[in-house]
Parts: sequence; C-alpha cells; structure tokens
Amino acid sequence: MSPDNIVQYLISGITAGSIYAIVAIGFNIIYNTTGIINFAQGEFLMLGGMISITLAQFMPLPAAILAAVIITAGVGFLIELVFIRWIDSPSVLRMIIITIGLSIVIREAALHIWDEKVRALPYFTGNEITSIEILGARFSPQVLWVLGTCAIIVIILNIFYYYTLTGKSMRACAANRTAASLCGINIKNMVSLSFTLSAAIGALAGCVISPITQTQYDCGATLAIKGFTAAIFGGLGSSTGAIVAGLLIGVIEAASISIIPLAYKDAITLTLLLGILFFRPGGIFGSREAAALKEY
Amino acid sequence: MKISSHLPVALLGAIVVLFQVLMSATGTDYLLIQLTMSAYYALVVLGLCLLMGYAGQISMGHAAFFALGGYTAAVLSTNNLTQLFSAGVLEWLVQKGLIILSTDAYGAAAYRAPAWLSLGTAVLITVAVSFAIGIPVLRLKGHYLAMATLGFGTILYRIFLGTRIFGEADGISAVRPCEILPGLFVGGDPSQRVFNYYFAWILLIGALVLLLNLVRSRVGRALRAIHGSEEAAGAMGIDTARYKLNIFVISAVFAALGGYFMTHFNGGIGPSEAGIMKSVRYVAIVAVGGMANLWGCLLMGVVLNFLSLRGYFGSYDDAVFGALLIIIMALAPEGIFRKESISRIKELTRRLSWPFWK
Repeated sequence: MSPDNIVQYLISGITAGSIYAIVAIGFNIIYNTTGIINFAQGEFLMLGGMISITLAQFMPLPAAILAAVIITAGVGFLIELVFIRWIDSPSVLRMIIITIGLSIVIREAALHIWDEKVRALPYFTGNEITSIEILGARFSPQVLWVLGTCAIIVIILNIFYYYTLTGKSMRACAANRTAASLCGINIKNMVSLSFTLSAAIGALAGCVISPITQTQYDCGATLAIKGFTAAIFGGLGSSTGAIVAGLLIGVIEAASISIIPLAYKDAITLTLLLGILFFRPGGIFGSREAAALKEY
Repeated sequence: MKISSHLPVALLGAIVVLFQVLMSATGTDYLLIQLTMSAYYALVVLGLCLLMGYAGQISMGHAAFFALGGYTAAVLSTNNLTQLFSAGVLEWLVQKGLIILSTDAYGAAAYRAPAWLSLGTAVLITVAVSFAIGIPVLRLKGHYLAMATLGFGTILYRIFLGTRIFGEADGISAVRPCEILPGLFVGGDPSQRVFNYYFAWILLIGALVLLLNLVRSRVGRALRAIHGSEEAAGAMGIDTARYKLNIFVISAVFAALGGYFMTHFNGGIGPSEAGIMKSVRYVAIVAVGGMANLWGCLLMGVVLNFLSLRGYFGSYDDAVFGALLIIIMALAPEGIFRKESISRIKELTRRLSWPFWK
C-alpha cells in the first residue's frame, strides 16, 4: 500500500463505515426502548433507497427523498403497531423470530413490487465521473454527502435525546421501563416512536448511500449484519460507541480488500463479529467488570 | 418403551409404505422424488427441533451444516477431489483402495472415494466444526446467540461461494451415486427411485425413534430443565454447557447427514443450500411444528418442504416461510397443534379491529 492508497482506502472505509454506524444507531434506538434487536433494520435502508428511486422519476430529488423517509417511517410505525405492540411480555426468542420473519417478508415484497434489478439514485451533485482530489486520493462528492448526512443525523438525534421532553422520556425508558411508566411516560408510545425514528433514519441513510453502493431488494441483510457488528463492537445501546465502531469496521473492511480476495470481504466482518461476541460481548468500550455481570 | 409409543411409529411406517404402493400403482411415482427430498430436509428439521425446542438454543446457521455434509459428499465423489492431493498421493490412495478410479461415459478418468470413507469424513468434519463453533457460541444467549450462529452460517456460505474446490457460484454437479449395498445406490437414477424413497424414510424414522427415546430419557429431562432456566438446571447439578454442546453437535450431524444423502440423490449442490434463507426456513418449520414437538416438526418438515419442492408457492416461496414465521410466533408461539391457538386468533381479530391505544 502506497501513501496515496492509504488515503483512498481510508476514505472509502469511512464512507461505508458511516453507513454501518447509522444502521447501528438504528439498532440502538429500538434496543434501548424495547430490549429487542430489530433484525429488519437493514430492510429500512433498502426501502428508503427503493422508494426514493421510484419517486425521483416524478418529482425533484429532495422531495423524493423526503417522501421516501416519511413512507418508510410509516412502515416502521405500522410494523410496531401490528406485530409488536400487543404482545405483552415477549420472550427474546419470539421477538427475534418475528423480526427475522418481517425482514424476509419486506424483502420479498420489495422483490415483487420492484424486481431483482440493481438501481441507484442519481448523484446529488455532479455525476459518476465528478471527483474531488485530496492528498492524491480521488473520490466522488457523494462521499461528502454521506458523511455530512450521517453527522447531521447524529447531531440532531443528540439534541432530540437531551433537550426535548420526548427525547428525555425515551432515555428514561432505556434506563428503567418500570420507573419510566411510574413517572407517567406511555411506554408503548415510546416504542412506536422508536420504531418510526429508526425506520426514518435508516431510510435517509439508504437514500444517501444509494448512488455509491446501489440498491437492490436484498441489500438489507448484509447491511444489517455489519450494522449489528458495529452496534456490538461499540457496546449495545451506546451511540458514541456505534459511531466509532462503525467507522473502524468500514476501514478494516476497506483495508482487507488489499490483502485477501474480494469474495471473502463479508467473511472478515463476520469473523470480527464472532471474535467480539466470544471475547468482549460488552463491546470494546464497555468495562469488563460490568460485562461480567450482564447476560449475553 | 411401551407399546403405546411403538404404535405411532408403526403407523407412520405403514403410511410410508402405503404412499409408495399407491403412487407406483397410479403411475404418479415421480412424487416419490419430492417425498425423498422432503425426508432429507425433515431430518435437518428434527435435529433443529431437538436444539431449539428442547434445549432452547436458537441456531440461524443450520443450513451451513447441511451444506457441509453436502459439499463433502460432492467433493469426494467428483473429480474435484483430485485438487486436494498431489498426483503422487492420489496414486498411492488409489492403490490403497481409499479412492476408486474408474472411467466415465466419455472414457475420461473418474475419481471418487468409497461411500463409507466419504460418509465418515462428512460426519467427522461436521462433528469437528460444530464442536469448535459450539464451544464459544453456546455461551451466548438470545440475540447474541442468534447473530453469532447467523454470522457463522454466512461465513461458511461465503467460503462455499468463493472457493474453487467448491465450484464457487456454480456449485458442484454430476456427483456420482453413493453405493449403499451392492446394486443399491443413493442417486437420481429412475430405477433406484423406490429404494431411495425407502432409504430416506428409514433414515428419517430411525432418527425420529432415536430422538423420541432421547427426549424421554434423563437427557431429555435435563434439556427441558435447561430450557426452563439455565441457572436452576445448573444448580440442580446438570452440566448445562456439556448438554448444550452435545445436542448442538448431534443436531449438526443430523443436518449434515441430510445434506450428504440429498447431494448424492440430487447429483449436485449449490451455495444457496448454505444461505441464510435456508436456515431461516428450517427455523420457520420448527416454529410451525411447535418447537418442542418432534411429531409436529416431522409432519411440517415433510409437508412444507414437499409443497415447496412441488412449486406450489411459486415465486412467493421465501415469502411464505417468512410470513409463517411471523404468524406462528405472533399468534401461537407453542406451535399450531394446540388448543390455545384458536383463542389467540380470536384475540387478534378483536384487537386488529381496534388496534389504537387500547
């Protein structure tokens, strides 16, 4: 690897990594309020991408993206309403299987609504060959869009969580559900909100990444596994951890391509996932003592 | 074992014979092909039923074990095995009778390992892999266990998809039949169809009897205790880690056996057999069958796979299994062979009519 290449790998790694971070944050939002891992998280990105691509034929790009985010958020809300809300004390196994079922049904529905073709949104600025040069590395301006959007999502989420009453209520649910409900917080509504929010964020990430990685009906599963790796790596429930871990995984993956065959690229992330699960299930930032007391 | 428990098994055997006689008599014996394949898939389901239903450990990577058995069969029964050894070693193995050298229909050299050797290798590899992966994985619970097994399954899928000896995306075809007894082969030849049907079903019923006895024994009671509460089971003196690991290995071997014979029967295997969708499908069937219900799992394993193989679900094949998963787990998490299911359906229709802030 020459110095030029290193910058190039870093940039492509950070781009992919910021998307993994957003998926991980989506996992965390739902996990914090419900204790459920939503295996259909990756499908929200796919839906956002697909809907915006279809709508972009009829309306300007920003409107199409906005509509896609709203529609996907609606799907997230409906999922919670129909499948999660009325189950009183769900066992983990049961919720895992339900969300896995949901991810398959959404994926298959997408296959029948659209088709198996690979699609992409147009580049937000310029086109396929527009490029910016930094330190000898060339990349598309879309990379800046991705990084900017992810940064804005994280900032707005933090403002929401720390400076609004609803956000504080959601944090209260995460800290202690019983105590939160004793304080008059409607936990069920908070769960609905967390699914809606998580779907909206996923859809937005799915839109900005679409010009670079392209969108296909089955692209959700891979993103979900990598996002989950980032969520575990950073410590489940921690937003800061998710961002750092997501970027790290993106860079590791990008660097691995220069060493091992491309066909095994996904296997690297998964091996990393297994390694973390076996040795540090509390994440790299979690304390070992705290992790020893928790159940995995 | 009391007479009462022999009876259902004997009935099942009678039904199996009846199907064959009826189908051969009415000239619809092509259905036996799908029934044979369903039996092999049901073998995977039975093993997973033991792991999920009785020991309470989810595995989202069982298709990988099926594929492990299948690919071992495929590599050892085609010329792909020549890639494993240098020319000298290959010649030595042929001399020792560990590899059989014959000529194919075009007169080219055709290598294959004898059936006992390839079957033994498949089982050994599966035991080794499931043992190695089971020790760390089974320490995890819930989401972590599901994701770890999913990750393991996907890694094997990627390896099958990206490695030359496994035929990459094309998989391995033209797998030679596996000789069980002189003149009797597990393979796709129409003259062997009835033998293959009985072979698959005897294997399946044998597995069922084995598991029925196992869950009624001390082991079965220990497993249910683990499912109920691992801490309590541990406090009662049950070595929970060892039980979970052993059950994991047994269910992996069942899956590998299914894959091994299926590959010989089909004459080929592709990487999709190791895919996530296949693993999810097995989990779905166990859920529909009622988790800790071997008979239910066997029935659903055969029926759903038969319908799927006959193409009744059309392009909605995967969607059917996804929808089944949601419906069963939302409405009847104990499976459909229960009285409570009906009252749950009433409850849902009541709530769906007014789902907002009840």
